[in-house]
Order: sequence, then C-alpha cells, then structure tokens
Amino acid sequence: MLDLAWLILVFPALGALINLFIGDRLKERGIQVVASGAVLLSFVVSLRLFFGLSGLDEHHRTVTVHLWDWITIGSFRAPAALLIDPLSVTMALIVTGVGALIHIYAGGYMHGERNYQRFFVYLNFFILAMLVLILSNNFVGMFVGWEGVGLASYLLIGFYFDRHDESYGHYADAGKKAFLVNRIGDFGMMLAVFLIWTGVGSVVFEEVSQGSGALATGTATAICLLLLLAATGKSAQLPLFVWLPDAMAGPTPVSALIHAATMVTAGIYMVARTHFLWELAPMAGSLAAWVGGLTALLAATIALTQVDLKKILAYSTISQLGYMMLGVGVGAYAFAIFHLVTHAFFKALLFLAAGNVMHGLPDGELDIRKMGNLRAKMPTTYLLFVIGALALAGFPPLSGFFSKDGILLHVANHNILLYLVGLFTALLTAFYSFRAVFMAFCGEARDQHVHEHAHESPAVMTRPLWVLAILAVVGGALNLPLVLTMEHYLEAAVGKPAFHPSVPMELVLLAVSAVVALAGVGLAYGRYLKSTDSVAGKLAAGITGLVRPMEPIARNRWYVDEIYAAWIVGPLLGLSNWFTQVVDQGVVDGAVNLVGQANLYLGGALRKVHNGLVPTYALSLFCGVVALLLWFVIGG
Amino acid sequence: MMLETSYYLVLAALIFTVGATGVLLRRNALIIFMCIEMMLNSVNLTLIALARQWGDLEGQIFVFMIMAVAAAEVAVGLAILIANVRHRKSINIDEINLLKW
Repeated sequence: MLDLAWLILVFPALGALINLFIGDRLKERGIQVVASGAVLLSFVVSLRLFFGLSGLDEHHRTVTVHLWDWITIGSFRAPAALLIDPLSVTMALIVTGVGALIHIYAGGYMHGERNYQRFFVYLNFFILAMLVLILSNNFVGMFVGWEGVGLASYLLIGFYFDRHDESYGHYADAGKKAFLVNRIGDFGMMLAVFLIWTGVGSVVFEEVSQGSGALATGTATAICLLLLLAATGKSAQLPLFVWLPDAMAGPTPVSALIHAATMVTAGIYMVARTHFLWELAPMAGSLAAWVGGLTALLAATIALTQVDLKKILAYSTISQLGYMMLGVGVGAYAFAIFHLVTHAFFKALLFLAAGNVMHGLPDGELDIRKMGNLRAKMPTTYLLFVIGALALAGFPPLSGFFSKDGILLHVANHNILLYLVGLFTALLTAFYSFRAVFMAFCGEARDQHVHEHAHESPAVMTRPLWVLAILAVVGGALNLPLVLTMEHYLEAAVGKPAFHPSVPMELVLLAVSAVVALAGVGLAYGRYLKSTDSVAGKLAAGITGLVRPMEPIARNRWYVDEIYAAWIVGPLLGLSNWFTQVVDQGVVDGAVNLVGQANLYLGGALRKVHNGLVPTYALSLFCGVVALLLWFVIGG
Repeated sequence: MMLETSYYLVLAALIFTVGATGVLLRRNALIIFMCIEMMLNSVNLTLIALARQWGDLEGQIFVFMIMAVAAAEVAVGLAILIANVRHRKSINIDEINLLKW
C-alpha cells in the first residue's frame, strides 16, 4: 500500500496540468471538479497511507518510498524519495484535507471571477509543492517544495495584480514583498543545507539523524540558527513576519489555505523534522522559543488595533505561529504539531467565514467599523465565525484550548517568563478574537448601506465550513491531556518529549488557561457590547484604559515596516542606485564606451593620411618597397 | 661575342629608375601609365638577361606572364581614365582625388 504513496503527488499535478491545458474548454464547474477532485483523491491516498502506517508495528513506522535517483554526484546523493512517517502523514492529511475543503469553498467564492482557471491551476500547484515539501526524505527535495510553495504563494497573493487600493497599495507589490522577504529565509535554508552536507556528508534526513553525532556543538548551533532564519521567513516570525499581513491581498481562500492553514506552518514542520539537530543545540532552541514568544505577543498586540477583518486574522495567524515556534523551541514538538493541526482547522474556518462576510457585503467590505449586527443577516456565518473565534481564544473544551495549553505547559517547565508572555498573549488572543466577533456581528449596524445589502452565502460556501467547524470543536480529542494520543503517535518521528508534567501541575495550568480565555472574552464583551455606564462596561473600560497609551504604537504595527524601510530597504535601494548609476553606467558601460570612443578618435586621426592624391599613395608604396628591400638586403 | 649580363642589368635599372621617377613626379595620368610600362619592361629585361645567363627558360615564361598582366592592367587603367575624362574633362591626377576620407 505504501508503495503507492507517489499517487498523492500525481493527482494534484494532473489536476493542475488538466486545468492548465484544457481548462479553457471546461466550464467553471468542470474546472472546479477537476481541481477539487484531484485534492480529494490525494486526501484519500493520505488516508490510506495513514491506515497503512497505523497497521505497522509502532517502532517501524518510518517507511521510505524510493522513486528514482534524482541527483547523484560523487558521494552527494539526493534521491527522489518519499518519507512516510507519522509526522509527514499528519501533515499530508491536513494539507489535503483542509486543502480539499478550501478548494470546494473556492469554487463558490471565485464564481464569476476572471481567471477562474488560472486560480485553480495555481491552487493545485500549491498543493503539489506543499506535498513535496512535507513528503521529501531529504533536505534538497524539501527545499524544492519550500521554493515551490513560495512561488505559489507569490502568484496567488498577486492574483489581483492589476488592483490597487489604500490598504494594500498595488496588490502585485504585496506578492513581491512576500517573495523577497522569503528569499532571506531561503538563503538561511540553503546555507544550513550546505553546512549539514559538509558536516555530516548526507542530506537525507535519516542519515543526517544517525550521523548528527559527528557535528560539533558550534556547527549544530550554526545550522539551527540558519534553519531558524528560514523558519522565520516561511512561518512569518520576527524579524521576517512583515510579508504575511500584506499577503491578505490574495483571494480569501488563498489566505485560508496558504497563509493560515498550511504553507506558513512549513517552518514549524521543518523544525520538527530536524528535531535531532535542535537537540544538539539547546541555545538555538531557546532563541527559537524567544522568537516565537515575542512574535506571538507582538502580533497579538497589533491584532488588537486592526480594523480590517482579514488583517486581524493575519496578525492572529502570526501570533499563533509564534506559539508553535515557542513549542518547537522548548522541544514540545508533538504539541507544536498538534497546535498546527487545530490551528489549521479553526483558522481556515475563520478565514473562510471572513470570506463569506466579504462576499456578502457590498464591495467586499472588510472594515469591522462599518459592520455591526451582521448576525441578523448572515446567521450561519455568524455561528461558524463564533466557533472559530472560541477555538482561537482557547475556550474550553474546543480544540485550541488543548493545543495551546499543551505548549504553555511545556513552556512553563522551560522558562517561567516565557510562560507569562504566552499566557498574556492568550488573554490578548481571546480579547481580539471577540472584539472582531462583537464589532462585526453583534451590537448595532453602524453603516446602514452595508447592512442592507448584506446577504448569506450559498451552500457551497457554508457546508465545507461546517466540516471545519466540527473539527475545530472536537479537534482537541486528538491529543487530550494525560491521554496524549497524538503525542504517542508522533513519537516515532519526533522522539519522546524530555518532560512529563505532573498531573496537579497540568490541572492547575489548564484551569489558569481557561480562566484567562474567559477573562479575555469577558473583557471584550464588557468593552464592546456593554455601555460604559454599566458595571461590566466600566470595569472593561478601566482595564483597557490602562494600555490605551500603547494603542497608537500597536496600530502602526510597532513601526516595523517603517523601521525596515528606513534602515534596510532605504540603504539597500540607495546602494542599488549607486551601483546602477556609478558602477554599472560609469565603470562597466564606461569601459565599453571608452573602447568605442578611442577607436573612433584614432580612426579620425589616421584617416587624414588618405588625402586622395595618387602620387602620395604611389610614394608611400615606393617607400614601402624600398624599406622592404633594405630589410631584406641589410637585415637578411 | 656576347655582351655581359651586367650591362643589361644596369640598363634595366636605369629604365626602372626613369619609370619610378616618372610615376612619382608626373601629373599626367597617361604619362604615368607609360612610366609604369617602362618599369614593368625593365623588369622583363632583367628576367630575360638572367634567363640567358643561366640557360633557364623560367625567366622567359615569367616575362610572358608579366606582358599578359600588363596588357590587362593597361586595358583596365585606360578604361578608368576614359571614364574619368568623360566625367571630369581632365587627366590630371591631382584632380582625381575622390578616394579620400
């Protein structure tokens, strides 16, 4: 059964090719059936792989399916081979499962759009690249997928490349920004792979894992730091997170699939996949944890102040990815992957629900200040969004509660300061998710025009969301505290965790998390739904008033973009301009022009010799002959 | 009695010098042509004189070649000259100066 694993890649590839070459002859329906069908078939294959793997003995759940020898140069070997183990199968299930639901949704969402065909070609290509990323058994294959998803992301962010508005500028620039920022991370990845190759002599995960003992701690730390750089690019962490908010310029299904559920988790996956290296470099792990924790906090504060529904979700994604990075940083790989899974469910749900809002409002309105009381007009979407927000806020017993708490539990053991950062972020998370809910769906309609034209979305755009909603509610069952189904399942791939919390500690922290989530939701309720005269309203206004001075900073995204523009982009542009104008036009072009000018000048001087008078020519001929004769007679 | 070869060579050198001087100094194109013929024929004379001295026919064969080439050269040269006369009413080579920069 596992030998047929390659089929999982064939289906999306075929889907993309069919739509690419004969998509213009298929109607919208045909394109959608081909694209969604391809991903659904991949999902079926993933399921078969999952069951095939579960049928194996617990200690032999790592299977390599060798397809062909891809690159063999001397002792360098990068095979085209698939690594089937619990980690990759989990990821494949998420990518194809959530991917299939989003493909179905997108069929309705993109209805009537120009370039319908192109959209689905890109989307299938993305699934293919993502599967290559997670299934490759070596760094080089993973890098191919890594770049492939980057390309798909670029193409899809810039899908509306001809649009231009105030919140994103030119949409094509958003794609360019994502691509360029990711390049920085990609270089980290490449350098890390080079170091691994020189240090261990292999790029195949299993061989690197076995040979990693040969690495000096310094080398291992350098490798992990470079991998961390790569992860911060792809998974939108400090300092490279700036591309993700702009990536919301893409169509909403893309935001849900690529920029929330799957691609951005590639960095987390990569760290979990290379956990054997991180165990050699505890310093790099701590740094990753701090990067994750601070990103989570920073992004959450920004999310508090955004008024664009999709941007709130984008910053929330960065924040949640920060939790995952925090998890892998402290070695809680299984919990990070668990959070990745539940996050894929509820964040895809939230994004698609936001897509429904956008779809149902005139001009694709996303400003929550203009919404209010949408509950009356789109009850289904409201319900779905609330479920997603509850899961995101970590409301017990929804999925986000268990996964986030699992990470915090391990962090508490590792570093109490980071735990407090994580806990405070959880409070902010609950607050901003319900700020969005209350401002958009409850209270009073603030813009009558928007409210009157609001309408519920068609069934094709709500049914897939129900599947996600159910998963977001019950997803926690995958890895209940103390039972830890998923952690045991993933042991074969990421090893046993070094830390086992005691039961009382676990229960106390669970209770603390639950209280924090409730407090956040309650605070949002008091702040946005109660008038400031009531007790709850006064309390909430008092508490939020404490942090009011920070508001302009957070609303301006901590000026990160501005700092980058002033300190990095500006100088780089200046340098590039200097190179174009001085080095390229002056030195390089100057050298070429100099040769031309010198020849022209010499020719101009020499042509005077040709005066057109025959006696002159005859005389020079004569002199030449005489000179030759003298040469022969005297010299010879 | 046979004349010594050196006499022929001296005569040929004289004729050649007269021809070369004429080519360099005269302005009349026809005269220049004639001077060129003198130079060529002085060379012919040299070749024949040496061929006789060494009893070798190669020199004489060369002379035939040179006469044929000279005939062709004169034909072409005169044709150019006639064309120029029709065009400019002149055979003064100082006025034939189109071949300049």
